[in-house]
Amino acid sequence: MNATTTTPMPANPVLTIFRRELASYFATPVAYVFIVIFLLLSGAFTFYLGNFYERGQADLQPFFTFHPWLYLFLVPAVAMRLWAEERKSGTIELLLTLPVTMNQAVLGKFLAAWAFIGIALALTFPIWITVNYLGDPDNGVIFAGYVGSLLMAGAFLAIGSCLSAATRNQVIAFILTVVVCFLFLLAGYPLVLDFFRAFAPQGVVDAVAGLSFLTHFGAISKGVIDLRDLIYFALTIGVWLYANAVVIDLKKAD
Amino acid sequence: MIETNQLTKHYGDFTAVDGISFRVEPGQVLGFLGPNGAGKSTTMKMIAGFLAPTAGSAKVCGFDIETQPIEAKRQIGYLPEGAPSYGEMTPRAFLEFVAEMRGLGGGARTRRIDDVIGRLQLESVLAQPIDTLSKGFKRRVGLAQAILHDPPVLVLDEPTDGLDPNQKHEVRTLINAMSRDKIIVISTHILEEVHAVCNRAVIIARGRLLADATPAELEVRSRYHMAVSLTAENAGAAREALSRIADIDSIEIDPQDKRITAFPKKGRMIFNAVSEALKAQNIAVSELQLEAGRLDEVFRNITLAPARETRA
Repeated sequence: MNATTTTPMPANPVLTIFRRELASYFATPVAYVFIVIFLLLSGAFTFYLGNFYERGQADLQPFFTFHPWLYLFLVPAVAMRLWAEERKSGTIELLLTLPVTMNQAVLGKFLAAWAFIGIALALTFPIWITVNYLGDPDNGVIFAGYVGSLLMAGAFLAIGSCLSAATRNQVIAFILTVVVCFLFLLAGYPLVLDFFRAFAPQGVVDAVAGLSFLTHFGAISKGVIDLRDLIYFALTIGVWLYANAVVIDLKKAD
Repeated sequence: MIETNQLTKHYGDFTAVDGISFRVEPGQVLGFLGPNGAGKSTTMKMIAGFLAPTAGSAKVCGFDIETQPIEAKRQIGYLPEGAPSYGEMTPRAFLEFVAEMRGLGGGARTRRIDDVIGRLQLESVLAQPIDTLSKGFKRRVGLAQAILHDPPVLVLDEPTDGLDPNQKHEVRTLINAMSRDKIIVISTHILEEVHAVCNRAVIIARGRLLADATPAELEVRSRYHMAVSLTAENAGAAREALSRIADIDSIEIDPQDKRITAFPKKGRMIFNAVSEALKAQNIAVSELQLEAGRLDEVFRNITLAPARETRA
């Protein structure tokens, strides 16, 4: 058999990379540690800080409220290895010399990490059962909360994936990602806005305020699935993944 | 066919590869020789489509690596420097992954995977994570993924690095067996490897192509080419006998093992004269050898020469 004579029809490379990546999470203890900690923390936040029972309301508002802060540290931990590890171990050279485009590679790896976080999020289902057992919640709102949470995790992850490509040091990737995600979380708050007010015109300040993850997530998790919020997260993910591909191209020679 | 045209790569101000042009045809095994940091790996990375050239171009089987990268990559099996692979995977899972990425499906995939497992003797480690394997096995896993899709072009960056002598021999046998209808480019700094597998050698230093010839042609450039070396019980008498041969230009004695080397005058053959002179004088020799030339010496001369043009 010769590759020149029988040009084989490749399976979808995005799917192949996706499957390999997702399997690799579960090949090491990393996946299990992450999932256990995610479930423990999300439970602890909901019940102790969120006063789940004391509120006496049948909804998951206290559960979702803490997701941005949970993701702030846990998502960069997933994202930091995405490209930094490929670069450090040299497998990036192997991966990118297979017949695959840069966009396919970036997308495949991103989707696998996102699906992994999605699995962790899905495993919080007992809390949904609990609230349905205890009361009569609006499951539409809860569904919206899960959608919003997953989208926000995707945005964090896209930022982390991009920054992970900028360095081969996972610790640096982690810290950079936490800082940038923190700024995006708080973009609508005085901490960030005051900084921009000092020199930027009001239009810029308003634009920065519009970037806040918390504002967009808050709207969705209250059950209002506004197309603009969905587009916001989709655009954020798209822009950061595009930057991710550019960064890999620029830095792969190092 | 691989064709590079004035291939150049700059890293900032540093020129790693400086206008390298060559062609490789099917059946050729091209050895890339050069000191560390000479630009061998960078050149290979560009041919394999990992790095974009700063200037110039490279074509693989007619596909330009910049304008038709996917088609070009399909023609190539590439072993990157250090033979990287995903450590948490088993060799079997890793090969399955590469096969799928290469578009091999169904029966062809099983057949090809079984074939490379057999060729590289990976049966015993198929179910172990690659991280836990020895350096030799890791290298063989890397080679296995490179030849998995039976590509017309193989680019192998130091394929025998880290292997023991037996494994080196096996890999060279493998390369020789594949060389008939393929284009193979290997980089190495082991000069004996050039003899063992290459029918053409390119010497690169400071990013420039300094020589392009067969191993035998390179040896001709050695001052040892056609010299005669011998070890005699009585080195003094042997030297005395040799010094009377008119065609001998100079005689050197190795201070370590007293081995005598006689260098002929340009274009002269001295082997017969030497052996007759020794016989006539009844000088006992334990070995007598006509030298083909020493590649390491040629290599040193070419790569250490001040930056002057010594193109072949």
